[in-house]
Amino acid sequence: MAEYKKPLPLPNSDTKEFWDGAKRHELLLEKCSKCGNYRYPPSPICPNCFSMDFKWEKTAGKGEVYTYTIVRVPLSPEWEPYVPYVLATIKLDEGVRMVATVVDCKPEDVKIGMKVRVVFNDATEQFTIPEFKPVV
Amino acid sequence: MPNLKDTCAIVGIGETKFGTLPNVSFAALAIEATKKAIEDAGMSAKDVDGLLTSPPSRDPEMFFSIGLGEKMGIKLKYAMDMELGGVIPVSMVQHAVMAINAGLCNTVVCVFAGSQRSSGGRPPEAGRPRPGRENEFMNPFGQVGAMHGYAMACQRHMYEFGTTSKQLGAIAVACRKHASMTENAQRRQPITLDDYMNSKIYSDPFRLLDICQVTDGGAAVVVTAKERAKSLKHAPIYISGMGNRHPAWGIGWAPNMTTTGAKESSEIAYKMAGMTPKDIDIAEIYDCFTYTLLVTLEDYGFCKKGEGGPFVEGGRIEIGGELPVNTSGGLLSQGHLEGMNHITEAVRQLRGDCGPRQVKDAEVAIVSGNGGILSTHSTIILRR
Repeated sequence: MAEYKKPLPLPNSDTKEFWDGAKRHELLLEKCSKCGNYRYPPSPICPNCFSMDFKWEKTAGKGEVYTYTIVRVPLSPEWEPYVPYVLATIKLDEGVRMVATVVDCKPEDVKIGMKVRVVFNDATEQFTIPEFKPVV
Repeated sequence: MPNLKDTCAIVGIGETKFGTLPNVSFAALAIEATKKAIEDAGMSAKDVDGLLTSPPSRDPEMFFSIGLGEKMGIKLKYAMDMELGGVIPVSMVQHAVMAINAGLCNTVVCVFAGSQRSSGGRPPEAGRPRPGRENEFMNPFGQVGAMHGYAMACQRHMYEFGTTSKQLGAIAVACRKHASMTENAQRRQPITLDDYMNSKIYSDPFRLLDICQVTDGGAAVVVTAKERAKSLKHAPIYISGMGNRHPAWGIGWAPNMTTTGAKESSEIAYKMAGMTPKDIDIAEIYDCFTYTLLVTLEDYGFCKKGEGGPFVEGGRIEIGGELPVNTSGGLLSQGHLEGMNHITEAVRQLRGDCGPRQVKDAEVAIVSGNGGILSTHSTIILRR
């Protein structure tokens, strides 16, 4: 595997579970124990009902492209080997949105509304980064 | 609660040269702009007792405002180092009005300096994920800097409303036209829509000419109470309305991607001023990217949601048009002083001091601040 040069996360106690899940190839979200609201990115409190009780839940890892951009000029040196790449906002079936790259397709083929599912890029021994690919 | 409408005024403005200034320190830029603003007001350092600053982003410094006040011999009774991205200048003016009305101080200088052009931008560690920061869910996923977030928001706007690249281009062309009439502007060579369409795509749909300048320079304004303002060198420019709305740090998960904090922020400001969009003669709108201006015009009520594209076409936003915007070229062409240059320009226009680019009979201006990735929004309405 080519050396992974992109930036890596720096987890803390709020975010560690998310990255541990990714390592196991699971896309996890916090779900509020009181109102059932999913939230992202990881946070200690529900923005909907103010409860701090929650459980990590494994998602289906499915969603659609809500919007995207084709990055043609890298904005930091780490991403230089990877341009052009597709950066998208993915609306997960659980209702929340996250940003991630869309891989395994030509950048020009990505469209808003396109169905995608999560794939896991085992970037380093320590970290796995969720990415998305088109559902065919 | 009291209405603070017209209780304070901007009485002095100051600008350094904007552009590439490799041999001037950050402090010197802030000090020169402050001195010019104080002298423009016909005041001296002893008349000032409040100072609002924003520390250098490349080399963050604690107690920046205090050190600056000390260097200039200003006896500070109110000071703050502010950080909320591009709302800082507009927010500074609001804080000045609040502090003066609270009786904590009498006259406040709001100053913004930038030296990113010559200092090579932010330090390498800036923008990297830190524990517990939302950045951890942007940068490792490919969202780097501000451009990607705005590009995604713009692409969504195009999808929902049919906004086109040529419409974004009309904004770039208008701002450059205005900069060509502005002596203190970084890019003054006029551009055409063809130049825009032929410029390199950085991150779809953004081309080079959708992107603001990176600028060295400083700009400042002096705010004081109405009673004091009446006896100074220039006619007072009153602060008639103020509002804010800060929706979310990350545009990816923001509740609404195509309606921004500008909507509620402006509604609060219009209500305070007792005005509507029809009362506004000129708009100085935060334009880190062309799209930022387009969506803000919609959210400020100058046209319906989704109609920003057609609205900016046909010269409507140019000087001589229905709603002149960014009359000195804005961040896109005059320079990126975080929008403090939008405030100094609004004051100059309302004073009638703009020479060839003067908007005839300009009485009321609205100024927007926008930070992060449509994360923060602040509004002021100014009148002569």
